Amino acid sequence: MSPIKEISWQGIWKNNPALVQMLGLCPLLAVTNTLINGLGLGLATLFVLLGSNISVSIVRNWIPNEIRIPVFVMIIASLVTCVQLIMNAYTYQLYQTLGIFIPLIVTNCAIIGRAEAFASKNNPLLSAWDALMMGTGFLMVLAVLGAIREILGNGTLFSGADLLFGEGATHLTMNLFNVEESFLVAILPPGAFIVMGLLIALKNHYDKRIENLVVGQQKSQKIERARVTLESQS
Amino acid sequence: MPIKNITRSSIILTLFALVTTGLTAWTFILTKDRIAAEKENAIVRNINQIIAANLYDNDVANDCIVRQNHLQKKTRIFRARQAQTNVALAIETFAPDGYSGRIDLLVAVDSQFKILGVRTTAHNETPGLGDKIEVKKSNWIKSFNGLSIEPDNLQKWAVRKDGGMFDAFTGATITPRAVVNAVKDTLLWAQQQPDLFSQAANCGVEQ
Repeated sequence: MSPIKEISWQGIWKNNPALVQMLGLCPLLAVTNTLINGLGLGLATLFVLLGSNISVSIVRNWIPNEIRIPVFVMIIASLVTCVQLIMNAYTYQLYQTLGIFIPLIVTNCAIIGRAEAFASKNNPLLSAWDALMMGTGFLMVLAVLGAIREILGNGTLFSGADLLFGEGATHLTMNLFNVEESFLVAILPPGAFIVMGLLIALKNHYDKRIENLVVGQQKSQKIERARVTLESQS
Repeated sequence: MPIKNITRSSIILTLFALVTTGLTAWTFILTKDRIAAEKENAIVRNINQIIAANLYDNDVANDCIVRQNHLQKKTRIFRARQAQTNVALAIETFAPDGYSGRIDLLVAVDSQFKILGVRTTAHNETPGLGDKIEVKKSNWIKSFNGLSIEPDNLQKWAVRKDGGMFDAFTGATITPRAVVNAVKDTLLWAQQQPDLFSQAANCGVEQ
């Protein structure tokens, strides 16, 4: 596989930051009570990841090994603050909804993880692509989780679309069904854990099926485990 | 040469600190005005939900005073005026005793301290139960509209469970009780403040 394809496959599916590496779970579980909240945080994270991977990759040859982590942290913290300010300026209400979880992107291990594991060893172009794919993988999980919880809990989809896309997007909001008493647990934090668990199970199930298709009759007994590229986890 | 290495590392770290701080500062300067404008818009948007925009013509977000309220906390009070006539006050207040902590409220009263409307601006109440205090979820918060506090109806300012006139939600009494009490206390406090309209503005986005 070419490196570009390999990176995409790793980021979106095989080594998905949320489903496989289990990184950044705190914001992931906390904000995904609607699709729009999920998309908002996902986009913010994607943007930070892109910026940090590119900058780390550009400066990788000039940073002595001993001080690389403080440098990464400075780059990431500064980017997150910028994203925070920009969101505060241009998506004020969404920023109010996501609140503390925007500054908390700093602590998302997926970002420093990619800086350390990929960007510090590869050229800016590949690093940018890696950030895009990892970020998209994370964004997709946030969006799917948000969508499922919103449908189950509120019976709506895209509620609050105007917070992210401006006034014109209000009509995007879909009322799928009306619930007198909503399915509370989906909106509450336990719902996030349950749906997340189901998503991981579903992914593993499909992985197994794909593996069986590829391997065909040759039944491999070998159990492959996904590995995290860093020892540290959030 | 460890000394040389340390010096080099320190210089590089300093450079990075300068560049990243610079980037942050630059973004801050670029977004500062926009953020201030958005904050002002948000205040006006909240106020316009409860004081009809055609009732006043002043710059309500900046005609604002800071006062220590009945809970000894500093809160903002916005004054709406039409051609120098006092129209209404929008008082920021909060219920300290919600089911999940503090519930931020905005209470609008006319010059006779009759309630024009109440809105929840921030809260952490349970979704599906306590969050019916949001106007998006239920009309409950509108049951304050048009009410005022008189000596003879003070007893009625409570949820029905406590012998008052306000409905509580099924499975959530603490939330509406906290909101009713907060609105009542705010009103009683405001009635004791004679100069809410006349004091010179000392807050708002511009200051």
